[in-house]
Amino acid sequence: MHGILKKLAAVSLGLLFCTGTALAETVVIKGSTTVLPIAQVTLEAYMKARPGVNISLSGGGSGDGIKALIDKSTHIANSSREIKASEIALAKSKGIAPTETVVAVDAIVPIVHPKNRVRDLSIDQLSQIYQGKITNWKDVGGEDLKIVVISRDSSSGTFEAWGEMVLHKAKVAQRAQMQASSGAIVQAVSKNRYAIGYVGLGYLNRSVKALTVGGVPATAPNAIAKTYPISRPLYMYTDGKPAGETARFLQFVLSPAGQKIVEKAGFVPLTDARKPPKKGK
Amino acid sequence: MTRQFKEILIKNLFALLAFVAVLVLGLIVVFLFREGLPLFRLVSPGQFLFGTAWYPTYDPPEYGIWPLIVGSFTVTLFSCLIAVPLGVLSAVYISEIAPAHLKNVLKSVIELLAGLPSVVLGFFGMVVIAPWLQETFDLPTGLNIVNASLMLAIMAIPTITSISEDALYAVPREFKEASYALGATKFETIARVIVPTALSGISTAVILGMARALGETMVVLMAAGGAAAVPESLFDSVRPMTASIAAEMGEAPFRSGHYHALFATGMVLFGITLAFNLIADAISNRFKEVGSGTL
Repeated sequence: MHGILKKLAAVSLGLLFCTGTALAETVVIKGSTTVLPIAQVTLEAYMKARPGVNISLSGGGSGDGIKALIDKSTHIANSSREIKASEIALAKSKGIAPTETVVAVDAIVPIVHPKNRVRDLSIDQLSQIYQGKITNWKDVGGEDLKIVVISRDSSSGTFEAWGEMVLHKAKVAQRAQMQASSGAIVQAVSKNRYAIGYVGLGYLNRSVKALTVGGVPATAPNAIAKTYPISRPLYMYTDGKPAGETARFLQFVLSPAGQKIVEKAGFVPLTDARKPPKKGK
Repeated sequence: MTRQFKEILIKNLFALLAFVAVLVLGLIVVFLFREGLPLFRLVSPGQFLFGTAWYPTYDPPEYGIWPLIVGSFTVTLFSCLIAVPLGVLSAVYISEIAPAHLKNVLKSVIELLAGLPSVVLGFFGMVVIAPWLQETFDLPTGLNIVNASLMLAIMAIPTITSISEDALYAVPREFKEASYALGATKFETIARVIVPTALSGISTAVILGMARALGETMVVLMAAGGAAAVPESLFDSVRPMTASIAAEMGEAPFRSGHYHALFATGMVLFGITLAFNLIADAISNRFKEVGSGTL
């Protein structure tokens, strides 16, 4: 009896706390431009369902998001890579406990101009191209045209994931162009038949052609089955276990409804959609 | 309150405000050097300035900014080749030739050009000029030195024109009258009397225009392509110092080698801009004594 009363009191207190914060709380989300579309579409649906909630969202790159989390200037840090040990150490020194939630899976897709004849490249060919060792499309089955390599700048999680999964930490050629966002890469590649770039699955559109990698097309089932080689989980980091509006928003993103929106935005939903937030390392 | 007291009060207030501006600048410089100098514990200034590999995020990192310095100077130089003739000749036209009503229109249009946000120009370069350049000249990329220089020239023209125009306007009326009295034509008067007299002001205008182009960030970030390699042709992409700082500062871990390297790049930029200003100052002082005075 006593236990039940205690639980009831706790629940009602919790409810009070939640409603109290829901009125006052503003959720700030910042970070990876890859996760940005996910956050954008889910928060639009979430705000429609819960009018009065104030969520602000901005990009900047995974590193920026995590930096903002450590500075306490954001509630959720979007990241397209796992948090680094050095970042955890810095966070701990400032009393922040970064806690990881996987929100979706992304596949990074090499893209070319629609008129490019090349359809497929192996990981090794991609690596050679990005290191500046293959410099002409004719060497990989295309026309006799110079290859213009377009990469994300070093503040991008996509850049780091590409560096690890394709280049295996080899250096990107100095002649590679650097673009500050995934949108800018699509823009540049769509207007340039010499170009090759890479973006997350969510950024693909008709203005560019997605290449298959080692014969495998970048699709949601292939990414989940891990037959598509360049795929990675996407994260949202919070300080400690999320609470209040932040927790509710994360729950919504992970809910079946939220994951359906994630899928519509071109990302791969998690197979086990109700997976609880994992503890940070 | 006596008049004398008010006078002293106002004098001190103004002195204080002037001092605040100087103090702020001083603090910025101190901060810049405090954050930039620690880099030289990792690499020597020679390696930093003349190293050709900029790989700040790799292990081991390389901090050579030579490609970035070359990038900054090439876009600045080529933008000046475009902007100086256009800017100076527009100033001559506005100040000496144009009828009064056209003069006002032109002056306000050029002032409007100065107010154009650089991000708009950068975007224009990226989505309009780049595809056009690429198709017209069948280039591998439209985001290159020519594109960035064109956009920078548009930004530098208002600076050059308005300062040159002021200098031309300041040429004493007697000089012109004397020239006409000796039977010189309008063209001879402009080319032999007015422009040479205003030369110190025009030089200052050119140098300030160059400083503007060198310090501009958004345009080069968006239109120059961002390849950290020493360019081999005018249609190669470059990564000027400002673009590198803007693109990478967001990610550089606090007080890491990369962070210090970006601040050190800022020091180099500061040094170059300071040199430009000192040169502009020296030129305007040197020619000042020759210029004015009536007989």
